[in-house]
Parts: sequence; structure tokens; C-alpha cells
Amino acid sequence: MSTKLNVIEHVMVPDHQIMSEDEVSELLSRYNITTEQLPKIYHDDPAVKMIGAEADDVIRIIRTSHTAGRAEAYRLVIRKPKK
Amino acid sequence: MALDAKYDKKIEAAALPQKTKDQLRKYLDGKEITDAQFKQILERVLNEYQSTRIEACEAVGIIAAQSIGEPGTQMTMRTFHYAGVAEINVTLGLPRLIEIMDARKEPSTPTMTVFLEPDYGNDRDRAREVSWQIEAAPLHEFGDITTDMENMQVVVHLNTKVCDKRKIAPSEIMEVAPKKIRDRRHYRDFEHEIDEASATIIFMPKDKESYQNLFQLAEHVRNVIVQGIDDIIRVVVRKETGEYILYTEGSNLKDVFDVVGVDTTRTRTNNISEIAQVLGIEAARNAVIHEAVSTLNEQGIAVDVRHLMLVSDMMCMEGEVKQIGRHGIAGEKESVLSRAAFEVTVNHLLDAAVANEVDELSGVTENVIVGQPIQLGTGDVKLIAIRQNEN
Repeated sequence: MSTKLNVIEHVMVPDHQIMSEDEVSELLSRYNITTEQLPKIYHDDPAVKMIGAEADDVIRIIRTSHTAGRAEAYRLVIRKPKK
Repeated sequence: MALDAKYDKKIEAAALPQKTKDQLRKYLDGKEITDAQFKQILERVLNEYQSTRIEACEAVGIIAAQSIGEPGTQMTMRTFHYAGVAEINVTLGLPRLIEIMDARKEPSTPTMTVFLEPDYGNDRDRAREVSWQIEAAPLHEFGDITTDMENMQVVVHLNTKVCDKRKIAPSEIMEVAPKKIRDRRHYRDFEHEIDEASATIIFMPKDKESYQNLFQLAEHVRNVIVQGIDDIIRVVVRKETGEYILYTEGSNLKDVFDVVGVDTTRTRTNNISEIAQVLGIEAARNAVIHEAVSTLNEQGIAVDVRHLMLVSDMMCMEGEVKQIGRHGIAGEKESVLSRAAFEVTVNHLLDAAVANEVDELSGVTENVIVGQPIQLGTGDVKLIAIRQNEN
């Protein structure tokens, strides 16, 4: 009946953004890490599907944090392993 | 008076968290200060912030474990409380906390808090209507069911008044009922006849000889869910902070989101794995924090959110909610010794030996086991002397 659920609008879902290649390389050099060391998110995650990200993209997540007010987190999109 | 633009800019540029910036702005708002004073204030705030940050190489995991574990000992072991909200029984206290940390697929008492869109939330009758769309209602609530033993059939007379009140057409019920008995209840040994005019359905078992089958059929007919969502056993409508909110016993986030009038931006469930499926891992992370904080607070235990955030972050690192325990975080550690030190020691050592695993001795537990300095605090720093030219 209702329109398709927009996951992004739910209060529990923070803002997800796809990062550009420049932003990613800046991020990796700032923390001196590789993308593999980032937390992961599955490619079939509802929020990832919503913003249209694909495997190997890095996503910036802007959380409303209890402690800092606003916090940025990053996740690498990976394919969901088959069980 | 708004804050001076140049100060505002400087605060924005400072390396401070958003919350501290906002607090500082609020504090300075309307106060007469000179440039020198402002500079001093900002410097002090910066220093204070830096000194409260956690040091590198600090063992935050251990601190979190202690900080949750100690107050946890004071929690009620078993609670048969009604959660205060609308007579719906909810698991609380230690059992609930264990449930959250174990990342169970389904909590022992799933419940939902369904918020309504403004049009529905402000009107008691319309809120009630939404609740009927959600609450699972079996067929016997909509009419009289008689088991006719003489003709070997089950006759259902629908009560059109009840149907009207519940906003469902008798024809819809008559169509749904036989279908649901076949699909959801997996009982197929019957035939049915629909009489639209008198709102009657007649069910006949295929086997005309067996009374057992007839009664079995009657039981299915009585209890088949014809309106609402199958998993949601009960709905309670309550008025809170000026709007009507539905509390449910049983949870099905996906189907509830499809009901007209439900506010899909605020409605939530206490089933974390369901949230991970429908709303994604980030929402699940928030849900873990929210559930853990509210469980602890309900018991009057104050644990700093930072510890729970760390736990939640660890659980949601790999893209799905993982339990704290040997099937989750503790079981996937790199080090063999560390895993063996946790649970099922022999199995881990045996498997590691078979798989020819190597322990790099880079963590804390394994170094304690072999008796080396651990890589934490001062133990983490390595000094390398660079020989200067000696002439």
C-alpha cells in the first residue's frame, strides 16, 4: 500500500555518503591504513542499497554521537560472504 | 544578541567535538568579552578537552568490561516485571542484557513501539483502526463457527457488524481464510464453499469418514489469522506526550512499515537482528546501544555510554551483528592462545594444531600466557637507538 520504505529517513539510520577517490586516499593517509582495516558494511545492507554504493566503495557515516554530538565513521563496502 | 561572527568562526575552526562547540557557543552567548578573554577561554577549553581524551595504548576494552561487569553483578538475576508500559511483559535486567550481547536472532519477548503519522496519531479512533491492521485477529472473532457433525462440515457465519467495525470486508475474509489455512498453517485436506449473500463459508474435510479430521479442520478454521500481521499477538494503544502510540507484543518491522498510517521514521522494535535486516548495520549499532542503555538505566545502573558504544562498535564491525562470545568476537580472534584462554580450550588447540596455525604473540592474553611484557601502555613503546657518528 504505502510507498517503498525509505530506510535513510528512519531516525536510527545515520547519514550515509559515498566517498570520492580523493577523499578515500586522504583518509587512508591520515590514519596510515589500508581500506581493508576499515570496518565493513555488506553490499546488500539496506542503507547501502539506498544510496547506490557498490563493493569496494568507502562510505562516510555521519552519526549523532552521545558523546561528541557529531561523529564521522567510515565503512568499506564488501560482498556478503556466502554461508 | 547573537555571538560575534569572528568568535563563531574561531570556535568552528577549533579542534573540538560538535557538542563542546555548541556548549561553548551557548555559554558565551550574550556575554561581553574582549578578544584577549576569548582567546584565553578557547585555549582553556582546548586544553581541558585534550586532557580528557583517552591516551593512545590505553586498554579500553578491559575498562569497558569492568565498567559493565561490576554494575552488572547488582542487576536482578530474574525479573518478572511488567515494563511499566501498557501491561506488556518485557524481559528486563540481566537476562535482557545477556540477550543483547549474545546477538540472539529473536529476543524472548519481542515488542515494538509503533509511532503513527500525525493524522492518525492525534485521533483515538484512527489510531485504533491502525491497530486493527496490525493486531493478528483469528477468524472466530469475526463470526460464529459451528461444527456440523451430521453433514461433516464446518460452517462459518460472519458477523457483518463486527467486520464493519474492524474495517474489513466480509468478502476479503472469505477469500483470505481458506488461502491462509493452506499457506500459513499447511493444512490442505479440505474443500470450501463461499456464499457471498449470507456471508457464510463452509469448510468440508476431504475425508468424510473421520471425525478426527473434522475437528482438526475446525481448529484450523477457528484460529486462522484473517486480519493483521501474524507475528503480532497483541496491540495496546496508549496516549503519550500528546499522541497515540501503539505498543505491540510480537514484532515484524517489515510488515508494520507497510501498514498505512505508521510513521516509518520513528517506529522501532527491540529485535536487533530484525533492525539489522530491515534498516542496516548502522541502525543495528544504534539499537544495540539504545537497548543496552535502557536496560541498564531501567535497573538504576549508570554505565557511561562510551563503554556500551565500544561494545556495540565491536559487535557491528564486520557488517553484521556478531555476539560477544565464542561464536562471535572472542571466537574470531587472530591468536590461538587467546582463543584457547576463553572457552573450549582443548578444541581450539586441537584445531589450531591440525591447521598448522602460528601465533604471532601480538595481543595481550597470549603474552601473559607465555610470560612476556604485554603490548600496552609503556609496554607498547619500543626504543630504538640510532647510533650517532662517533667523531
